[in-house]
Amino acid sequence: MPNLEHPAYPAATLLQLESLVPCRESQVSLLLSIFGERQHFSFPSIFIYGHTSSGKTYVMQTLLSTLQLPHVFVNCMECFTSRLLLEEILTQLQSCSPETEQTSQVPCDTFNDFVRLFKQAVATQELRDQTLYIVLDRAEQLREMEANILPAFLRLQELTDRNVTVVLLSEIVWELFRPNTGCFEPFTLYFPDYSIGHLQKILSQNHPPEYSADFYSAYINILLGVFYMVCRDLKELQHLAALNFSKYCEPVARGEANERDSRKLWKNIEPHLKKAMQTVYLREISSSQWEHLQHDDGEPGQLKGLSAHTHVELPYYSKFLLIAAYLASYNPVRTDKRFFLKIYWTENILFLLLAILYSIVDNRVAPTANIFSQITSLVTLQLLSTVGHNDQLDGPRYKCTVSLDFIRAVAR
Amino acid sequence: MSKRKVKESGGANGECISQVQKVLRERFCHHYATGKLFGIEHQYRHLLDLLKRTTVHGESNSALIIGSRGSGKTALLNHVLKELKEMKQVRENLLEVRLNGLLQTNDKVALKEITRQLNLENVVGDKVFGSFAENLAFLLEALRKGNRTSSCPVLFILDEFDLFVHHKNQTLLYNLFDISQSAQTPVTVIGLTCRQDILELLEKRVKSRFSHRQIYLMNSFDFKQYIRIFKEQLALPAEFPDESFAQKWNNNVQHLSEDKTVQDVLQNLFHYTKDLRSLHLLLMLAVSNVTVHHPLITASDLHEASKQYRVDSRANIVHEFQKFVQRKAHCMYNFEKPVVMKAFEHLIQLELVRPIERPNIRAQREYLLMKLLLDNTQIMDALQAYPNCPVDVKQWAASSLSWL
Repeated sequence: MPNLEHPAYPAATLLQLESLVPCRESQVSLLLSIFGERQHFSFPSIFIYGHTSSGKTYVMQTLLSTLQLPHVFVNCMECFTSRLLLEEILTQLQSCSPETEQTSQVPCDTFNDFVRLFKQAVATQELRDQTLYIVLDRAEQLREMEANILPAFLRLQELTDRNVTVVLLSEIVWELFRPNTGCFEPFTLYFPDYSIGHLQKILSQNHPPEYSADFYSAYINILLGVFYMVCRDLKELQHLAALNFSKYCEPVARGEANERDSRKLWKNIEPHLKKAMQTVYLREISSSQWEHLQHDDGEPGQLKGLSAHTHVELPYYSKFLLIAAYLASYNPVRTDKRFFLKIYWTENILFLLLAILYSIVDNRVAPTANIFSQITSLVTLQLLSTVGHNDQLDGPRYKCTVSLDFIRAVAR
Repeated sequence: MSKRKVKESGGANGECISQVQKVLRERFCHHYATGKLFGIEHQYRHLLDLLKRTTVHGESNSALIIGSRGSGKTALLNHVLKELKEMKQVRENLLEVRLNGLLQTNDKVALKEITRQLNLENVVGDKVFGSFAENLAFLLEALRKGNRTSSCPVLFILDEFDLFVHHKNQTLLYNLFDISQSAQTPVTVIGLTCRQDILELLEKRVKSRFSHRQIYLMNSFDFKQYIRIFKEQLALPAEFPDESFAQKWNNNVQHLSEDKTVQDVLQNLFHYTKDLRSLHLLLMLAVSNVTVHHPLITASDLHEASKQYRVDSRANIVHEFQKFVQRKAHCMYNFEKPVVMKAFEHLIQLELVRPIERPNIRAQREYLLMKLLLDNTQIMDALQAYPNCPVDVKQWAASSLSWL
């Protein structure tokens, strides 16, 4: 592991920085060498990409604040219009220079105004000698704003003739950003995913003080063994680790096993983690519901999940209508005739729907207004949708919009 | 480098290295638009002649400088202007208005910017004008006032010229070209654009007022000249404070230009793109590694820099995701369908697959037709690079992709 070293920054600060960014030393080292000394120029724009939770935002924030480099940090999902974005940058710039006591809202409509106001804002002594960094997180949102915003940011150093570097952070690759007529190409840097070793190291750092580091490491090892195949997202894994640790500790807390009894601990936790994969990982149930379940400590039985099929309660006939609609929409025409009695067969879809309905419901059903109003409410629920024009004389045609799983669940 | 060598190289102390970094970083990152020009003497003379006629002889004119991104348009213009301004007459009289298509996104903003750059905000005050033409005429008339019998020549520079073409009715362009045709004030309009088809984008009435003078910049140097450019770009200037170090540095640059590895690196870059911006990026990466312990750039520095530069970004992202494209029939690990769906949605979020048509409520989500935005070689490369890839995934990829 290379030690971070740079002539411009004191060794103590760099050591602190190194401790804050485990497993990212090579990226930080590259960034440090590109940034250079405080007053030197750097690339006009840098594009950093990598998967979610690969440390892009965290590393940039930590690097800039630990070394106390003047910077502005904006999330483009929060400031999703150009006006919000430009005003936010100008407001944060005010707090970069120590002379202003209060930050006030600076109105800024266009990029033209922004360049003018920006030049005024960086004219202070503090900012004149150092490189100013503007970091735009979730930069893919820039593509949704006016067409000049992204190319202008890439060239900000040239347009303002000042020492400024714009850093874009995103999950999407650069090729999908590039405008049609081209633009000033930024320097691109990739943040690779953490490997399983890295994840083990980072997650093990959070061990609660009551238990030993080795005990927690073993727990993390088991967790990664189950979840690493499907999930490498550090945030999600931290969330899962926090949620399930109390269950893992149960045998030790109850006195049934001691910290080193790995087999017993494994047998206790493994089915629990498998269940977690199907529920909490998919966010079918909330974390508080999950913790509740652990306290109840029984077979959960029918978990009340968040996904549609377990939640929708439909009236009796509506359920059949929906199933009939599904069959009408997706069954091939030939089999329709075979499965359903010929008496009720008709070309009109609405009546086809009713025909199927009559066949699958046991008792006699009359085409009352009630049935039709239930069809309308199914459309409002967006479980059915209308196809075709409103003025068709034969009556409206419907189509079922839900999946087979949903239908199966309803049919239970 | 061993300690002994560091002592021998003498003046490689912190101050000196800092100076080197300062000079080269400014050259590569900030002053690229004023850097040296290569291979465009003909265009230089043409533009110089044109501008001389405006500034010295009072002729109005218009021209377009057309060249792909990074071919040196702004640099050319700045060089010509610098030479012109060496003449006292030009320095004192010429008025410059610089507009940029990225900043002035409509004609109203452009007009305000022109007013501001000509320092006529007080003169205009709160006046309201009926049309764009009136406003512009007023501005030019205002310039004429003062004790001059003839007015100062005005130079309008329109960067990203192709963006002005999209303004409503192309009013600004029409008016600017119009006044460059009438003999009132010596006005020259120079547009810079990267679009080769710019003339087709102009409206008929605008096109007819344009002089059709076009200057093309086409990066027409060959590889030998490219190496010479490399040497000149990396060399320290004669004014560098530490002369002995500058001498050593320049000798090292000469060595590098003759080194086979470096020539290979440059050859690869030259085949990929000729524009100097990419060369600057490469050199900047190499320079950023220069420290007191490593005061001279080596061939391996350049090699490393080129690897950093040429990475295929999508292969990076893809190789982390090979697992999730498993079909249920092949997978040894039984994942529930929702888990696989979650992974698939992540692929969509990363924009590696994209739906062919917008998803609507009419179609079921799982059955939406998708398009994969990668090709086979990228997937195979990613699989090779992927550590701990399960054997069955590799075999499946090899069998499915081999016949395509």
